[in-house]
This record gives sequence, structure tokens and C-alpha cells, in this order.
Amino acid sequence: MTAEILTVKGLKKYFLTSRGTVKAVDGISFSIKEAETLGLVGESGSGKSTVAYTVMGMYRPTAGQILFRDQDISKEARKRSKALKKQIQIVFQDPGSSLNPRRSIKQILELPLKVHGLSKDKSGTQQVERLLEMVELPLDYMYKYTEAIGGGEKQMVAIARALATDPSFVVLDEPTSALDVSVQAKIIKLLLQLQRELHLTYLFITHDLSLMRNVATRVAIMYLGKICEVASALEFFRNPVHPYTQMLLSSIPVVSEAEEALKPKKVLSRGEIPSPVNVPPGCSFHLRCPEKKDICSTDDPVMMEIGEGHTVRCHLSS
Amino acid sequence: MSEPLLEIRDLHVGFDIYGGHLKVLDGVNFAVGKGEKVGLVGETGCGKTTTMKTVMRILPIPPARVRDGEIGYKGKDLLRVNLKRTRGVKGKGISMIFQDPTAALNPVFTIGRQLMDVIKYSRGQDRSGDKIRDRAISALKDVAMPDPERILSNYPIQLSGGMRQRICIAMALVTGSELLIADEPTTSLDVTIQDQVLRLLGKLVEERGNSTIFITHSLGIVREWTNRVYVMYAGNMVEAAPTKELFSKALHPYTQGLMKAVPRLTGEGMAEGVTGRIPNYLTPPSGCRFHPRCPHVMLVCEQERPPFFDVSDTHQVACFLYKE
Repeated sequence: MTAEILTVKGLKKYFLTSRGTVKAVDGISFSIKEAETLGLVGESGSGKSTVAYTVMGMYRPTAGQILFRDQDISKEARKRSKALKKQIQIVFQDPGSSLNPRRSIKQILELPLKVHGLSKDKSGTQQVERLLEMVELPLDYMYKYTEAIGGGEKQMVAIARALATDPSFVVLDEPTSALDVSVQAKIIKLLLQLQRELHLTYLFITHDLSLMRNVATRVAIMYLGKICEVASALEFFRNPVHPYTQMLLSSIPVVSEAEEALKPKKVLSRGEIPSPVNVPPGCSFHLRCPEKKDICSTDDPVMMEIGEGHTVRCHLSS
Repeated sequence: MSEPLLEIRDLHVGFDIYGGHLKVLDGVNFAVGKGEKVGLVGETGCGKTTTMKTVMRILPIPPARVRDGEIGYKGKDLLRVNLKRTRGVKGKGISMIFQDPTAALNPVFTIGRQLMDVIKYSRGQDRSGDKIRDRAISALKDVAMPDPERILSNYPIQLSGGMRQRICIAMALVTGSELLIADEPTTSLDVTIQDQVLRLLGKLVEERGNSTIFITHSLGIVREWTNRVYVMYAGNMVEAAPTKELFSKALHPYTQGLMKAVPRLTGEGMAEGVTGRIPNYLTPPSGCRFHPRCPHVMLVCEQERPPFFDVSDTHQVACFLYKE
């Protein structure tokens, strides 16, 4: 068994607003092993990006612990050491706004090298070339600006920038959801190839379960700031247990009969995700749950292990 | 296909920009029969929305320019109707639902005001105040809105994305339009909400017998929602087929590539379907616009533009591989 690279224990992130406390992340625990991909799936407002930003140190956790290689990193990025920041990198959803339009791609890729004192030659050209080669972009792109290249290519540049410091852990926050399927396929193939070559660990955030099936080793489902089911990718799609997971799976439009057969039947999606300011009492999913029992509206279920590496937070399985 | 309700013939639309003329639509042919649910699939920038905006006559002219073509609808050419006299094409029984309901609704007017305006200015309506309000309430009930009386006095910001899109659907259907154009109506919604909106829309158009054009980039939605599909690439229709047939036997190399690129729930890994990138409309490739990315490219593809070849009565493909 490989070692755990990142462990999150009882992580909470609350935001104080004029309308009340938003419990964006409300006590979640998970761990990621070296060189695996953990897929974090949820609808908008489920708190999946907040988890990513807290791991990155963009937010300070309200409670809980984040351990990176047994070192406590539950603090903001400016209190983290440079060596630590070098190890953890992120790729954002929209490369149009995460890349500076007034900098050439060479300048964009040089910045992390300079900050971490990694530039070897004075011009830095060699390393920028190596990065562009890694993401299969032509070398003359170095002198272009982001407006001159396509959305997929911008995301390639964002990936190259994340890899510039030679990290071991990369957070991918919906890296392909703004892109077309053919471009998405290309980027995902590249990410998986880079993972093998550079021995990377990914926290992959998405709302696309079909994509998740093809990239993740393990999948965690989030709903209203809590994780409701975690399982290995294979087990997850073969035997989904939580009613919310079943609802998500049965809502996916698919392109073949073989996939149709995998979808759980009879679970019609209904209702909408409630506001995280007013989280329902008991199990937060009970208002939409087709198999709701009395206990669900009063008691919040706890995480139970129902199989090897398969945990579910639901009264039905306890 | 039954007798066509809308028929687009050889439509050429371009945009005049500083650097020259963008040849976007390059001879688009498209038809929708009565009561049909037709899908229009293609990637970003392939001209799906431009085509439909031309039909609706809401394309900004200039910079856009319709160079050639006809849009036949009930014996009239929509490109030549007098917009002032018909309150645009909307008055002729065509409605459109847009991708982003937040942008489609005016944030400073209540839902009631906006919905009742639509009813007031549509054809053949009783214009007395109470009747209009009743019709607005029943329209909201049709789209399964809870507490329609209260919703009428709400502003768009007070509703969720899924509810806003249902308001837009109500507005599109309340006029009694025969043809409904839905332009990626669920792209901005979560998957469970998308499922609910699609089921509702399907039920409503079936009840009313509307013809529907569903624009999307999701092949999954096309498979579950439509009867017939057009696949579009770089301003050209490349394939038209009944939905079932397209998914069992896609013929055009682009369609095949697109199908391969879709991630599957069965977990077969990721295949890169189509290599390269979409062409520049300022200097589009000669001949077949797909030829620089095509794995089966032949000499003729660079020289001539392929017309639609019939592979069967219902299945057409614009590719020289299927000549004869």
C-alpha cells in the first residue's frame, strides 16, 4: 500500500455573511494516496471548490486539519513555506481569467521559475521550451499572448505553469468544463500521461461523472458541504449506494445502450440543492431523497464503511 | 420526414470585421418537419447559434451579412418578411429559449411584468388585464412552478437557475408558437436540474405538438431527446440522420471523431477523437472544411466542397467517401 500524500480531517470552512453563516464545507475527511487521482464530484454550491481553495491555502480552515506528507498545512498560503508551495499547485477552471492577458506565454511560465529560484540559464528560454514540449505546444507559442490562442491551448499553458515548479500534488478544479469534448479528450489524455511520467497525485474536481469514470482511481461525492459517498471508481459505478449518487447517475445523458444499462433505474431527479445558509436539519439530502425515513429529518447520519474502501453516509445502509 | 415546417436552403452568412470578411455559414441546408424534435450538434464556434439567430432575424446586421439563401417557413421566405409589420419572427409563431436564463430575463422587472408583456404582444390574445394574468398563472403552472401567484411578483434574482430557465420556457410556449428553438437550454444547469428541465420540456412539446430544434453540444442529450439530428462543423452541415441511426452508424469522419471523444460511463478510457483545431473563418480551408483534420483525406477533398450524398432516404452525409 502506498503512503498517503494528503489527509484531510474534519475540515470545516464557514463564511460569515449578512444573511447568516454559510457552511460551505462542513466537516469532511478524506485522504489521497501517492500517484492516485481522487475525483471530487458535486453540483454547484456543494462546496467542492472551497475544499480545493482551502487545500491550496487560499482560505484558512474554520476547523479541522490538512496534512501534507504528515506536515500540518492548515494555514493560509502566506504562512506556508516556499518549499511547500512548490509541491502543491492548482489548475483553475477558466484559463481565460487565470492567465494574464498582458503577459506573453514565456513571461507567464517564467514567473513560477523565478519565484522559486529555479531558473538555470539567464534567459530562462530552455526551461520554458521544456514546459511547452511537456504539454505538446509549439515552441513559438512562447512569444504569443493568450488572446492569440484557443481555449484548449490556454488550458495547456495553465497546466504547464502548474508543472513549472515540479510539484508532487496538483489540484485540478474543473479543468475541462469550459471546453468542447474533442479538446477535453486531448487535455485529459495529456494529464493522465503527465501523471504517469512525473508521478503526480491529482485532486480532480468536476461535476461530470462520465469524465470521472475515466480519470479517477477513487471518487468522492459531495452534497451541501459534506461527503456522502466514497468508493473506488469501479465499485462506485457498479454499486452506487447513496440515494443522491443514484440520482446523479440516473440524470446523466449517455450515448450508448451499454451505458444506459449501468444507470440506476427508477430514481427520478427532483428538487434543487438548498442554500448553504439554511441547511436542512438531519441528513441534508432528506428533502430530495426518494427513500426518506423519519429518522432522516432529525438525525444526521455518520460515515459507515460498507465494503473495502467504500464508505457511505446514509441511514439506509446503517 | 413529414412536410417541412421550416426549411433553410443554401444559407450563406458572414461577418464583416476589421481584418476582412468571416465566412461563417457556408451553404447550410436544414429542415424541420411538423411535430419533429430535431437536434443540431456541433462544437463551439461551428455556427449553430448563428444559423438559428438568422432564422429569428436577431442577428446584428451589420456586422453580420446574409450573402445568400432562403429560409422557407409556411410558404414565406423569412429573410424577406417585413419585420416591423410582424413584430419580428416571434409574431410568426417561432419562439426561442436561450442558453443563459439569467441574461435572457430583465433583472429590473418582475417575472409577472415580463411574462404578461409577452402574452400582451403576441398574436390573437384577449388583451383584458384579468385574462392576461390568468394566462400567465396557467403558463407558470404548466412549467411546474410552485406558488405561481407569488412568482409573478418575484424578480429573476430571487429564483434559482433551474427556475429561471423554466420561466423562459413558459414565455416561449405561452404565445402558442408552432416552432420552438432551444439553444443549449440546460448548459448552465446542474445535471439533476438539467434532467428535470429536459423531462418537463419534452412533456410540454409532446402535449402541444410543437416542432422543436434543440441546439446542443452534448451528444447524450441528443440521443435521449431528439428524433433526428444534424451535425454541424465549421459552418457546414456534415451529416443528417435519424437519431438512432446516427448513434449506431455514424458515417462522417467528424461525427465519428466526436462520438469517440465523449467520456463513457462504461470507462473505456479517453480517446482523442478529432485532432487539430477548428479553422479560422477568415481563410477557411478549401474544398471540404474538415479536410485538414480528416484521417481519410483524399485529393478531391481539398478541391471540391462535398454536397449532401444520400446514403438512404433519411440519412445524408457531406463526405466524398460516400459518393454513390
